[in-house]
Amino acid sequence: MRVHFKTSYEQDIRFFEDRWTLFLYASLVILAFALPYLIDDFYLGEMTNVLIWAVAGLGLMLLTGHTGQASLGHAAFLAMGCYAYHILVKYGVTFIIAFPLAGIITGGLGMIIAIPALRLRGIYLAIATMAMSILVDDIIVLTAPWSGGVSGMFSDPLNLYWIQIDRWGTPVAFYYVVLIVIVLVTIGYANILRSPTGRSFVAVRDSEVSAQAMGVDIARTKMLSFALSCGVTGLAGALMGMFSGVFNNETFSVVISVQLLMMIVIGGLGSIHGAFFGAIVIGFLPQFLSISKGWVGDMIGGSAVAIPGLEFGVFGMILIAFILFEPAGIYGRWIKIRTWLELFPFYRKGMFKRQKSFLKTERLQ
Amino acid sequence: MSLLEFENVTLKFGGVIAVNDLSFNVEEGEVFALVGPNGAGKSTAFNLISRFYEPSAGRIQFDGHDLLAHKPSEVAALGVARTFQNNELFDHSTVLQNLLIGRHRHRQTNFLAEIFFSPNVRKQELQNRHMVEEIIDFLDLQPYRDKMIAGLPYGVRKVVELARALATGPKILMLDEPASGLSVEETADMRWWIDDIRRQMGITVLMVEHDMGLVSSVCDRVLALANGAKLAEGTPEQVQTNPAVVEAYLGGAA
Repeated sequence: MRVHFKTSYEQDIRFFEDRWTLFLYASLVILAFALPYLIDDFYLGEMTNVLIWAVAGLGLMLLTGHTGQASLGHAAFLAMGCYAYHILVKYGVTFIIAFPLAGIITGGLGMIIAIPALRLRGIYLAIATMAMSILVDDIIVLTAPWSGGVSGMFSDPLNLYWIQIDRWGTPVAFYYVVLIVIVLVTIGYANILRSPTGRSFVAVRDSEVSAQAMGVDIARTKMLSFALSCGVTGLAGALMGMFSGVFNNETFSVVISVQLLMMIVIGGLGSIHGAFFGAIVIGFLPQFLSISKGWVGDMIGGSAVAIPGLEFGVFGMILIAFILFEPAGIYGRWIKIRTWLELFPFYRKGMFKRQKSFLKTERLQ
Repeated sequence: MSLLEFENVTLKFGGVIAVNDLSFNVEEGEVFALVGPNGAGKSTAFNLISRFYEPSAGRIQFDGHDLLAHKPSEVAALGVARTFQNNELFDHSTVLQNLLIGRHRHRQTNFLAEIFFSPNVRKQELQNRHMVEEIIDFLDLQPYRDKMIAGLPYGVRKVVELARALATGPKILMLDEPASGLSVEETADMRWWIDDIRRQMGITVLMVEHDMGLVSSVCDRVLALANGAKLAEGTPEQVQTNPAVVEAYLGGAA
């Protein structure tokens, strides 16, 4: 077991707990950068897809996992980011400017949308944001002159100074673009979490009443959370558009919103790791299913079986299983396994049992 | 001028009058207690100061500011800190993180600097950490520093809440039943702490408490309430022997 003997306050605000953690994450990043040399283009494409989902997951995690505001409308923000970026590019803005700008535009729109949503909480907020997700479909159709409407838009190869990056032509370069984006987003996210803003998000999630009594402005905090969350989701949307190459009003449907929310619940709410774990599940499950369908077909001696809606059925079952058996998600389970290993053989069964919460002060409002 | 002044404050919830024409002053540096039977309006008075409720009439002044002109989240910045009757901690955070939230009102940086964790943010965080450590030291919370709130016993949570309120560096500390649910030893600790908070830190304390032993040993003045109105005000002895107070608690003579 690692014991930290703390001798300075620096140790509590450090990015990495200790050298070992630094070493682990550094190796992970190096592995990620070396990945194109280790796997073929097909799996690299899948990996890129997973990382893009992880960016979107980080966006939603900030809002739902850390600020406690459920959103079923994040597909709308993916769409906004995607269209904002591609329309900017169409008008000749270069990637280096258009990409961050797409995030900022989406974040701004998210903040404006948050204003009426501030009065809602829990399931009502989820329903209101879901309406957003449905609405954006129509807006894309209505703004057809810019967005291409039903016939959709094509994503041109991205021009980065001297090189052209294209998901099909240069998958390795595109993978690196996505990787750099996610590393930067993750660092920013972790920085937010260890500073006052992140603490105010968590405070709003856990108890609005006492957050207010500590001087946290609830409305402003929620708006900031919406803005940052939507901004990051917008970046993911832009990447998603580049990845798929072509998209229209139906690409970012409500189903994507639900999938995003499922992803962070499965991964583990309230942790950066959770977004990554969830993205791995969501990203690889369709491939895994189609491969296993082949196996099943071979086993029963027939051709591959086609079951409509199998993917969503399996997603649903996985989600139910997690909610029943491991509400803390994959990351929560990993923490338990790690503690078990660290404390072996002294792990106790009840170690992660949460005491039932005591009566809360009669809720105001 | 008094630190906190209630002037003819009335709060109505529909037809129910929760606080009725209440006036009292809390002087700087004293320990002031609100007592009274359940439903007397003690916690409601706290919530009025925290600006969770909007009074129907009257004025509340704090340190020369008109409290009613401020939003709930601005009250802390004026120097008002409070605890809650049934702990309102941030359950899924560690003790340390809870106390650091207390420093929120002293925040100098904005979120842009925080995304990049600029040197200013680092300096501020180190300073916050230092302030919080002093409070941890004062309230003997060292063993719990990195523990999650969700796993802590009730008595410790009460102390963490007190610590979080102290971390804001307040002028007045409002304690809503600091001794409820505490053992005899823990109540004794609480008594010393309240005494030290007043004497060493020079913080004015306003508390709601049912434990008359604690009230009479730490409080300078006591205000007895019943049905939202003032019954008696004075030293603990005066209030305890006041016939109106005895009647409110025990019922009138047959």
